Amino acid sequence: MNWDVALILTVGGLATGSVYLLAGLGLVLIFSVTRVVFVPFGDIAAFAALSLAAFETGTTPPTIGLVLTLASLAVVAELWQLMRRRELARMPRVLMVWGLLPALPCLAAWWVTGRNLPAIAGIVASILLVVPIAPLIARIALRPIADASVLVLLIASLALHFLLSGLGLLFFGPEGSRTHPLVAGATTLPGGFPVSMQVLLMIASAIVLSGLFYLLFERTLHGKALRATAINRVGARLVGIRPARTAALAYGGGSLLAGLIGVLIAPVTTIYYDSGFIIGLKAFVAAIIGGLASYPLTALGALAVGLVESFASFWSGALKDVFVFGTLIPVLLLRSLLASRIEEEEEEIDE
Amino acid sequence: MTAALLEIGDLHVSYGRVEAVCGVSLSLAPGQIVSVIGPNGAGKTTLLAATMGLLPSTGTLRFEGEDLRGLDVEARVERGLCLVPEKRELFGDLSVQDNLQLGAYAKRLNGSTMGRRLQSVYALFPRLAERRSQLARTLSGGEQQMLALGRALMSAPRLLMLDEPSLGLAPLIVCEILAIVRTLREDGVSILLVEQNARVALENSDHGYVLESGEVALSGASSILAGDARVQATYLGGGTDDD
Ligand SMILES: Nc1ncnc2c1ncn2[C@@H]1O[C@H](COP(=O)(O)OP(=O)(O)O)[C@@H](O)[C@H]1O
Ligand SMILES: [Mg+2]
Repeated sequence: MNWDVALILTVGGLATGSVYLLAGLGLVLIFSVTRVVFVPFGDIAAFAALSLAAFETGTTPPTIGLVLTLASLAVVAELWQLMRRRELARMPRVLMVWGLLPALPCLAAWWVTGRNLPAIAGIVASILLVVPIAPLIARIALRPIADASVLVLLIASLALHFLLSGLGLLFFGPEGSRTHPLVAGATTLPGGFPVSMQVLLMIASAIVLSGLFYLLFERTLHGKALRATAINRVGARLVGIRPARTAALAYGGGSLLAGLIGVLIAPVTTIYYDSGFIIGLKAFVAAIIGGLASYPLTALGALAVGLVESFASFWSGALKDVFVFGTLIPVLLLRSLLASRIEEEEEEIDE
Repeated sequence: MTAALLEIGDLHVSYGRVEAVCGVSLSLAPGQIVSVIGPNGAGKTTLLAATMGLLPSTGTLRFEGEDLRGLDVEARVERGLCLVPEKRELFGDLSVQDNLQLGAYAKRLNGSTMGRRLQSVYALFPRLAERRSQLARTLSGGEQQMLALGRALMSAPRLLMLDEPSLGLAPLIVCEILAIVRTLREDGVSILLVEQNARVALENSDHGYVLESGEVALSGASSILAGDARVQATYLGGGTDDD
């Protein structure tokens, strides 16, 4: 391997790493607020990519049907709860929040379909279209068991992934699609090394979005409320933060990130209804590196995963995933060592 | 007599089959400091948790005449109830200032009102101002109690419920904190003070209730309670105190 190859692999690795970074941020966001390892994350990214492909061919994206189905289920779940609590007076609000709100991006998507609009309209519509998916499936299946153990939540979340990819097959069919590049052409780095604009866009998106993430969580009261819910649920309730609402926000934010990932990867790989899972799994490796809690460590972990994958695929395409998931072993060892040391220290403080 | 701010009537609270609060009635007038004393396990914490909505209960619960049943914790916070729990429930990994700002979360303040409230809390607790960018979990016990109280004050509550503010604190800090609690009344905050330390509670309140095994055993003006032979024997160390 010479320097040129190494450079190509590095840039490629950073580009895939950027995707894992965004996905990792989404996973940590959802986990820290709700304790759910959100396995269906990747599926939502795949749905955004397939929606964009549908817009490009001028057909109505089947995602609309999917979102409306989920919204109807969520409305039924909410109404059932209202009936049991005898609070039917709150029905209009429920219909607004769980029925009308998810229908808005569907309406926008339906309006965009088949019109000769600039490509950006389809991109935005695809992203917005998947935003309701995570909050809706979480409302239907995860809210009723919100106080269960992390393991039970993980199992439920895994089941949701299979459900969602089944729905994906039903709504999108088995064919894969790839979209036009979001930005065409290439540029040359100093030193005469060419990179495609698409790759630069992926890296730039990751940088900009992690910056926005930082600002949101460090600088706004609502961001702090999200972190507060993650740190102490009872404390959060006592200052008037509703955990169910924060959870919906976290799921919405996660869904938005998944949508962005979907449109970023749609032009570089062929996406099938079930392509999302492996992206989610690798982002999960990154999130584990961050202890499912630290955004900066997750970001670094994601870039590391991207680089390992890129270099590993140069040596052996068949074994690249083995290398990626193999990195989990030393990470977990280190984590459990650190964790036991921290526990010991805390015990000492208690004494 | 003016209408009660908080009216608790025949309140029952259970953990599974075990009833921890069995038919407690209590009322608190605007501007009053009411204390609830009693031994460990009497149901004091349970009473506050149920009033705040953290635990389900049966009986009547009225705040400013409004029925509280059917309102969740967050809605009660919006009405002006505020609990400083025994465990403080701070946000340990957030800074002191973030903890304080979140205290006003339910009030949706604009930037300048938020800043003014922060300044007034810092004026009450200068030690918090010094530590404003420190993480809450790095504070000492007394400072954490001040932060818990400060966070509660950020919401400008109508009724402040304090669960054992003296717990685990040095007497000097307890005095400091209770002196501040007394000044709050002048700002129109009513206080429900729960304490195991009966002397501290009765010295700092207008009216007192003695809770035993989930029931009100005695109640009356704090000065009269403090002179009551049984209270003295059981809770004030038989009057042989020397500190
Ligand atoms: N989470 C709980 N589960 C079961 N029983 C509890 C729980 N919390 C308190 N209790 C019981 O309820 C009774 C009242 O407790 P508590 O309200 O904490 O008393 P106090 O605050 O007066 O010390 C005690 O007998 C206690 O054992
Ligand atoms: Mg107690």
